Amino acid sequence: MTDSSAIPTEVTDDLKRPARAQWRDVWDQFKAHKGALVGMIFFVFILIFVILGPYVWSIDPTYIDIRARNSGPSLEHPFGTDQLGRDSFARMMAGGQVSMAVGITAMLLALLFGTLIGVVAGYFKSLDGPLMRLTDLFLALPLLPLLLVTIMLFRESLSAQLGPEGGIFILMVSAIGITSWMQTARIVRGDVLALKEREFVLAARSIGTPPRRMITRHILPNVLSPIMVSATLGIANAIITESALSFLGLGFPPDFPTWGRLLFDSVDYLQQYPERVIWPGLAISLTVLSVNYIGDGLRDALDPRLRAR
Amino acid sequence: MLNYTIRRLFLAIPTLLFISLVIFFIVKLSPSDPTANLPLTIPPEVREKIRESLGVNQPLLVQFGLWLKQLMISEPLYWTNQYFGTEFEVGQRIISYQTRSPVMDIVIQRMPQTLWVVGTAYLVGILIALPIGIFSAYRQYSIFDQAGTFVSMIGFSVPPFFSGVLVIVIFSVQLGWLPSIYDTTHIVDSWDSFVIQFKQMIMPVMVLALQTTAQISRFLRASMLDNLNQDYVRTARAKGLSEKIVVLVHVLRNSMIPVITVIALGVPTIFGGAIITEQVFKVNGLGQLLIISIQAGDVPTVQTLTFMFAVLIVLFNLVADVLYGLLDPRIRYD
Amino acid sequence: MRRLKTLLLVTAATAIATGTAYADGHEKRGRDGELKIIYWQAPSTLNPYLSGGTKEVESASMVLESLARFDNTGKLTAWLADGIPTVENGGVAKDLTSITWKLKDGVKWSDGSALTANDAVFTWKYCTDPAGGCAQASYFDGVKNIEAVNDQTIKITFTGPKPFPYTALVGSESPIIQAAQFADCLGAKAPECTTANFGPIGTGPFVVDEFKPNDVIQLSANDQYRDAGKPAFAKVLFKGGGDAASAARSVLETAEFDYAWNLQIDPKLLSSMEAKGNGKVVTAFGTSVERLHINQSNPDPALGDERATIKHPHPFLTDPRIGQALSMAIDRALLVEVGYGSGGQVSCNVLPAPAAYASTANDSCKTQDIAGANKILDDAGWVKGGDGVRTKDGKRLSVTYQTSTNAVRQDTQALVKQWWSEIGVETELRNIDASVFFGGDPASPDTFQKFFADIEMYTNNFAGVDPEAYMANWRCAEIPSPKSQWQGANMQRFCSAEYDALVDKMSQTAALEDRADLAKQMNDMLMKSYSIIPLIHRGGVSAHANSLGGVKISDWDSELWNIADWHRAK
Repeated sequence: MTDSSAIPTEVTDDLKRPARAQWRDVWDQFKAHKGALVGMIFFVFILIFVILGPYVWSIDPTYIDIRARNSGPSLEHPFGTDQLGRDSFARMMAGGQVSMAVGITAMLLALLFGTLIGVVAGYFKSLDGPLMRLTDLFLALPLLPLLLVTIMLFRESLSAQLGPEGGIFILMVSAIGITSWMQTARIVRGDVLALKEREFVLAARSIGTPPRRMITRHILPNVLSPIMVSATLGIANAIITESALSFLGLGFPPDFPTWGRLLFDSVDYLQQYPERVIWPGLAISLTVLSVNYIGDGLRDALDPRLRAR
Repeated sequence: MLNYTIRRLFLAIPTLLFISLVIFFIVKLSPSDPTANLPLTIPPEVREKIRESLGVNQPLLVQFGLWLKQLMISEPLYWTNQYFGTEFEVGQRIISYQTRSPVMDIVIQRMPQTLWVVGTAYLVGILIALPIGIFSAYRQYSIFDQAGTFVSMIGFSVPPFFSGVLVIVIFSVQLGWLPSIYDTTHIVDSWDSFVIQFKQMIMPVMVLALQTTAQISRFLRASMLDNLNQDYVRTARAKGLSEKIVVLVHVLRNSMIPVITVIALGVPTIFGGAIITEQVFKVNGLGQLLIISIQAGDVPTVQTLTFMFAVLIVLFNLVADVLYGLLDPRIRYD
Repeated sequence: MRRLKTLLLVTAATAIATGTAYADGHEKRGRDGELKIIYWQAPSTLNPYLSGGTKEVESASMVLESLARFDNTGKLTAWLADGIPTVENGGVAKDLTSITWKLKDGVKWSDGSALTANDAVFTWKYCTDPAGGCAQASYFDGVKNIEAVNDQTIKITFTGPKPFPYTALVGSESPIIQAAQFADCLGAKAPECTTANFGPIGTGPFVVDEFKPNDVIQLSANDQYRDAGKPAFAKVLFKGGGDAASAARSVLETAEFDYAWNLQIDPKLLSSMEAKGNGKVVTAFGTSVERLHINQSNPDPALGDERATIKHPHPFLTDPRIGQALSMAIDRALLVEVGYGSGGQVSCNVLPAPAAYASTANDSCKTQDIAGANKILDDAGWVKGGDGVRTKDGKRLSVTYQTSTNAVRQDTQALVKQWWSEIGVETELRNIDASVFFGGDPASPDTFQKFFADIEMYTNNFAGVDPEAYMANWRCAEIPSPKSQWQGANMQRFCSAEYDALVDKMSQTAALEDRADLAKQMNDMLMKSYSIIPLIHRGGVSAHANSLGGVKISDWDSELWNIADWHRAK
């Protein structure tokens, strides 16, 4: 999650062990995609901003300077301050760490579960029924009471081990993660069902390819584009779910900054201090956009037909 | 296919029972208390009495059994009596902790406003998404595609509690064109009242549609791109079929599988209501009912609503599976 | 007491003034069209006996009425009764064991039938039925019997002397319901009467046309209302849902609604909305106080089942000097400014109102004194360590501070934490979902009764104007413990024989001046113990359109208590 190249390696590790040359090929193709390159640069920039930023900009995001409250952007506070006089710039960094971590972890969880269950259910007929009923179950789970239960059951023990903030973080990430893989699973399964009957798969099967190789060689590369879309929407979804939970009074506590929470808190001040909405809003949108372009570029780069062109 | 459908429908019954049991335990295990929101001036003894009268203190399995009996026997009997004039003995129906009235009556009361607003938004969203998705894929990296990507991703990444308030501030506060509060008592019986209804629906519908549009158009675009380079497209073109037929019939049909999944998964959420958007515009539909019931620890209402939700999910996933078979005859389940 | 009397005269004078205003020509019922009210928490029933929430009680108060109500100054005013019974006028028995009310002549239910004493007797039976789970049962505590002496006279007998007998059937929480309508709804059958619960027949100025639970109520003027020229509005639309900021916006900015309730939002926002000139923000103060409870027992998890019980006193918080230092370090005025605005006042008493009961002995808390607080701790032998936290005998001044999840409370927590760090106290903040914190579930470790923390913060108040029951909350017997399933109101586990004696004395004292004295003594005793630190006296904040006249917001009763007098200002 801290590594900017996490996404490409993560995904391809699952796919296949390609020859080195092929990898370079993919990278060349990826580079050629202007949007993807810009997206990648921006994404890395955001990661550096939220991870290394606090070392450079050392104001404590929880420090209250009550005399400077509600002040606009200045040299001392580049993004201004909030209603208690906390530095918005520092809070953006702290909030970004949480939001990015929630977004990426939840997305990875969702991708991993979703792809695994989708492929297995689509490919093995005997597992299709049970796995899809399991998916139905998770789809029907109401997220809010589920969160309340998990918080009640696990908060004490997790806080004891990870501190109060770490505990709630793990809870939120896992709750959002385990309730957001189902769509990916359903989509992947649908595609696999169709792919399975295609000629090239039949051909591969007729020469005795074992299922493991079938899946990694022939099925997975062909369901990559819905997975990519799921991934890009997944990050946005996780960040937004987290902020929606803030809106409903659940999720991270109010004194725990996240981009979603900062956006929610400043919505009331839309008319008085519009700049407060702009920063978190922009950060979320641009992150989502950049991930989307990276996904686009990756999809193109990994498509052998396009590469040949 | 028919066999498969029937088998799935029968399988759905134990699945749903299991799902409702799991939901029940989750809702029950979560530390909620129907008396938690009462003013502190009400003393603990009185609270205990209230809890007792609601039946909160009974063993969990007894409570679940009671709910199941009410759902499976009392409610159907009641509605048979209502519609066919029969006079079966109806036991107690599912009673909400908050309103102390039958949950189903409230659900039915709220259905219209949710279907109007959320349903319309869903339709609008799909109708906008299809052409955007098709055209973006067909002319990949054209200006239209870039703009479409940009707008739909921004739309998707802005949570409705922000976009909702933003449009209210612009169109209600600054311009004064549209009402900021949805009037659920409004009755449409003339052209003028339709105009009022239309005006009060625009903002919630557009805010909701933005999300649907973004999601569906992204999936459709990706799937179309996959198919546009397939051999069969080349074959179709080589046969001399017109471009329109190639794209709109051959490619679109084969690209619909992921899109159908997304659309089918979205239909139950229409009935689930849009919690935040309903709250922002005060539509007070099923989503708002669910969230206030959760907050008030109103277990029977939460349980009934999530159960209905589960039924729809199971049903529409089945519909999606059947549609796969129709779109791609090679997919067989038998 | 004198102040109350003056206020009474003033109210009487204004009543006469408005009365004459109506006399000149336009006193037709329903002349002012529709009134639109928004409560961002929607009522879920119109039967206040089935749900004790403020939203239900207030919406029902437009329809159902009681014998007497409290006006906006906290003064008891006869409503359905034709006067307030007292010992002097013979309405209350000399031994304080009974009270006799007489109904006004000619009051009719909205269905045209007459209101009789039997309705009052029925109401009592309805609420005290053991299977009914009546939310307002405490209003009938100590009532032995209610009987109809004749059609117009109600006699309430108490089990013992009751110095303040104005609880049963008084105030918007315990209104009279119609016996004929609810006859079949006693006890366990209460929820089956949906039609009655959603559309009670009342004596009030409005009649329910349609009630959609948790959504909207439509009402129209009651033709049978006893006052010919009232109400001025023909229709009321009572909308629920949304949040406080949007409710404020709909009155103050878009002018879609006439009245919005409970607008606890950033005071700066509210005043900038008010500046648009469409409406006014109004506030009313009752008895709500946001306070800190300082745990006198030890919440250490190592104690197992005996955690947070009085068996184990707190290692350092039982020392009032520490409590005093914590209190002095807080800048209450700033807390008001940041979180409450006109909806809050600095308070140094846990019993801030009515005026006659408010002590002035503790007013020094109004100004922050960090240096003084530091000095107290220095003198007490607590020494600042290298990390800035004070220690003494191996104990660190480190506390956990919990409250319910709510943006204003978290702001308060953050500010307080910072001030305490300036006096060498380390604070760990926790916030708990309100439905869990106030939920009272004995299985949950996070309830405010269990108090598994050092300090907790919330607001409490008492209904009506008499503090006897409220002050009795801090008796030793009220301490929550595993034996009582953690029930009880003495959260901070304060225990003093002297205090208990004062409580007993108050329950036998009838003279108002003496009662006020006792209440002040108890308040001061609690304040000196520093087991409870009051922060803010909180009021209700609402907004109404400029065109709406007659609003007299009250925190002693329903905010809509005088809705019959509301009218369109010309």
